[in-house]
Amino acid sequence: MTTTVTEGIRIRGVSKRYGQQNDDGGTLLVLDDISLDIAPGEFVSVVGASGCGKSTLLRLIAGLDTDYRGEISVDGERVRDTSLERGIVFQDHRLFPWLTASQNILAALRNAPLKPKQKRDAVAEHVALVGLEGFEDAYPHQLSGGMAQRVAIARGLVNRPRVLLLDEPFGALDALTRARLQNELQRIWERERITMMLVTHDVDEAIYLGDRVVTMAPRPGRVKRIAPVDLSRPRERSDPRFVQLRERILADFSEEPARDGNDAPGGGHHTSARQEPPVTEWRLAW
Amino acid sequence: MNRSIKAAFDWRGLVLPLAAFALWWLISALHLVKSGLLVSPVDVAHTAWQQAKSGALLRALSASLAREASGFLLGSAAGLLLGAALGFSRIARRVIGPTFDTFKQISLFAWIPLISVWFGLGDVAKVVFLSLAALLPVAAHTCDGIHAVPPRYVEVARAFRYSRLQMARYVILPAALPSIFTGIYLALIYSWLATLGAEYLLVAGSGIGNTLIDGSEQFRMDLVLFGIIVVGLTGWVLSALARGVERRVLARRPRASRERAVA
Repeated sequence: MTTTVTEGIRIRGVSKRYGQQNDDGGTLLVLDDISLDIAPGEFVSVVGASGCGKSTLLRLIAGLDTDYRGEISVDGERVRDTSLERGIVFQDHRLFPWLTASQNILAALRNAPLKPKQKRDAVAEHVALVGLEGFEDAYPHQLSGGMAQRVAIARGLVNRPRVLLLDEPFGALDALTRARLQNELQRIWERERITMMLVTHDVDEAIYLGDRVVTMAPRPGRVKRIAPVDLSRPRERSDPRFVQLRERILADFSEEPARDGNDAPGGGHHTSARQEPPVTEWRLAW
Repeated sequence: MNRSIKAAFDWRGLVLPLAAFALWWLISALHLVKSGLLVSPVDVAHTAWQQAKSGALLRALSASLAREASGFLLGSAAGLLLGAALGFSRIARRVIGPTFDTFKQISLFAWIPLISVWFGLGDVAKVVFLSLAALLPVAAHTCDGIHAVPPRYVEVARAFRYSRLQMARYVILPAALPSIFTGIYLALIYSWLATLGAEYLLVAGSGIGNTLIDGSEQFRMDLVLFGIIVVGLTGWVLSALARGVERRVLARRPRASRERAVA
């Protein structure tokens, strides 16, 4: 057990606060004692209402934010910074508008230990992987939301990371495009066999894609339930067991309506505080 | 994109100048005003022809443009450096920032007495003045552009382990480019305006400004009007050039980020 436990993602007692000791100690606890293990090659979905800290958790795993208590390690190595071993896809595709689709994917390889030819091949391969042949030279504003998100997924994968972190990647897409991209993501996951962690507020999506569904409760963000999805892929959304599981997870949310409703004035801007993580503090200071 | 190229020349813009010209022609042809203050278009055309033929126009215009170019280049280069320092470095912002913000508030022309004492009335003084005129917009827009880079792009670059230098070169600079262009565009316009100011206030040598002064001293309204027309057309050409370059460089940007540049 001691040797196998170091594989995959290991999250132990992670707590995170925003707003360091301002005024009267008014810090906001966004994550409270989160523990979770993710096996290599596993697909874990995390669902929760907005403000439950699920995106924050993802950012911590990515290494974008290292100011937290507890321990996060990937394959036995403590997360101290970002790494090319951990790819990330954001809800807003975040492609650089001044680069073409293929240049955007190439930009992810700038610090990859590859020769230029290998980089070009990797880009071409990942353009094909997300089915964007013919759009290599298009600029992000010329692409539809779904296509831009495909480019972002290719960019997240091009370094061949061991882990791909997905932060509500399909949240801004229309239902049809979302369903199509969910299938594509599943195909890519089955093909690449890498660990994926998907943060979403869509219970359907979480069950459709995940080996396990982690439900988080808000204020402070904590793990409420971890439900395995014992259904073979591709899954049928109308399968009675699918429906049953969805009912059960949705019931988790409706169990504490008071917390969301009664949290009146503070609640609103706590969630907006979550949207502006301390990156704003990051500047080129020398 | 086709739309913006078409919009680049709209004949309707000529209505007002042509109407003014017609009115001017009419007034002088009908001798409605009998005064040396209003000369006829024919006189101005005649003066223009003489100025062009004698080489006076070429001399004056090239002297002015040479000043404009050197002041613009020096000032923009210094402005880029200063703006980048203010944008990238926290220390520079703390140390230079407040002084620069105060400096911006001082009217450019307030420097003329000081410049004339330090550098005389010759070309050096004029170029120093023009550099100042070009430096301010470039520095301010470069700094603002760097600060306005969305943190979400910085985060993406961090996820791909960009070094500080890579971040500056491949993320912040391209993201700030539209704003930097706005600064350079303004610098070109300001330095042309300042060229005239410099020639008018630091009177020595030749230039279009001196042509204007000569005209006014000799009470030759034809020469003054001719000078004004040359100044206006030159400014228009410079501005069109700058817009053309900007459009080419930023052509591939989406509308939103280009609009920021024009605003």
